[in-house]
Amino acid sequence: MRRLYMELIRMRFLTMLAYRVNYYSGIIIYAINIGAYYFLWGAIYGGQQQLGGLTVEQMTSYVAIAWMSRAFYFNNIDMEIAQDVREGKVAIEMIRPYNYLSVKTAQAFGEGIFRLLFFAGPGIFLISLIIPFHFPATGQAWGLYLLSLLFAFLINTQINLLTGLFTFFLFRNDGMMRAKRVIVDLMSGLVLPISFFPGWAQTVMGFLPFQAVNYYPSLIFTGAITSGRALELIGFQVIWMFVILVPILILWRMARNRLVVQGG
Amino acid sequence: MQNLRHIFRVFGDYLGQYFKTRLAYRADFLGDLVSNLISELINLVFIIVVFQHVPLMGEWTRDEIIFIYGFFLVPYALFSIFFGFWDFNERYIIRGEMDRILTRPLYNLAQVCLESIAPDRIFGVISGLIIMGYAAIQLKLSITWYDPFIFIVLAVSGALIYGGVYTAISAISFFSDSRTGITPMIYNIQQYGRYPVDVYNKVIRFVLTYVLPFAFVGVYPAAYFLRKEMWYGYAAMTPVMAVIFFGIGLLVWNWGVSKYRGAGS
Repeated sequence: MRRLYMELIRMRFLTMLAYRVNYYSGIIIYAINIGAYYFLWGAIYGGQQQLGGLTVEQMTSYVAIAWMSRAFYFNNIDMEIAQDVREGKVAIEMIRPYNYLSVKTAQAFGEGIFRLLFFAGPGIFLISLIIPFHFPATGQAWGLYLLSLLFAFLINTQINLLTGLFTFFLFRNDGMMRAKRVIVDLMSGLVLPISFFPGWAQTVMGFLPFQAVNYYPSLIFTGAITSGRALELIGFQVIWMFVILVPILILWRMARNRLVVQGG
Repeated sequence: MQNLRHIFRVFGDYLGQYFKTRLAYRADFLGDLVSNLISELINLVFIIVVFQHVPLMGEWTRDEIIFIYGFFLVPYALFSIFFGFWDFNERYIIRGEMDRILTRPLYNLAQVCLESIAPDRIFGVISGLIIMGYAAIQLKLSITWYDPFIFIVLAVSGALIYGGVYTAISAISFFSDSRTGITPMIYNIQQYGRYPVDVYNKVIRFVLTYVLPFAFVGVYPAAYFLRKEMWYGYAAMTPVMAVIFFGIGLLVWNWGVSKYRGAGS
């Protein structure tokens, strides 16, 4: 069974490698986004030294690392599930001797590793040439960041599985998946560090899982917190992972009972 | 002309069909409207949160930036009504649907546009107008009798600029083997046009003005209504850019179609 999943991860990795235009355009997309926010924040700071507890240098590093973390955790498996459901392929998937959701997760992981090695790695290197950038000083900090990034991937993938599963009940939910994408980008702290939000909004967002997707790993990377606090954040991520697992399992059970194949 | 009238008649028929299919999935239809609204509001959140910390972005105030964003939503919505073929490569090239398109009597681009038409995006126009209206009241903007007409011309021009660029980009699918193509890239670049171009550096400003002229969809035309006289020249250029870039889009598309050999099964 483990060999099957290893093989799935490898396959997706190789598939990603095969579509070269996707790869190059992916690099350019991330460069564009980081560039856009770099200039935007420059203009926002104007002459000011500090905003929301961050200097302009810290802010640009934050944006860069947040986007690079996103390269690893981002995937489109919700869209893939939706397509499988619409085309009726999911019926075949369900009778196969593996767990459909784990297969999707494994594929997403293959994609994540590809993006980590070929987008995020070279991307961070390129950015560090242009933007004054602080890497974590110790191996321990790197380890904590990578561990936290792994959980970020798992939580984001779970959120995607959840929105993907809604296709079973709504038949089409492209709109929901699109909205989910912008909500995750905003509430995970990708476009705006959480510390910028007004107090009440921070409180509300503390009860939501999205910070665990980006804000926690980015915070750990910037080295602004102690390793004790970092471990605490990773603990929160683990808790969220188990919390989100519950609705996924319930929805999956319900979905299997009321699958309607619309052609295919 | 006969041909154009034909396109409009078929357009009406597709519109009817569209609402039938959409209303078959009512939850999705409603969900789509809500999600589009959320996507639009979230960009506002960014502006509002940032301006809680600073009074100005470059030389621009919060309400001016909100006005630009509201304006941007209108041409963007018009564009997405007619050019909704986001999955062009996947649907038409990889699965070979393009072969079917080419057997249809309508002009092939018109046929592709019709099949993916999304009239419910018209709500984007409404939310854009509301956001603009709010900002205009806050800024106490003066409005003359001919402003609505200029607004329509500029908004339609903006939609055509997007349409042209997008058509040209989609036509790349006729040549390349990519799965999703570079559509997401364009989707990301358009984010630039929403903010005043003078906050970016010279290279990006040049690109957004002459290469991928998305500044003409947001900040330049909006500057006219904000009475920023230094940008009037650019605002006036908007319709010209629309003609040029939509023309380029059509040329690239037609060239791509002539190269197209069919790949699907």
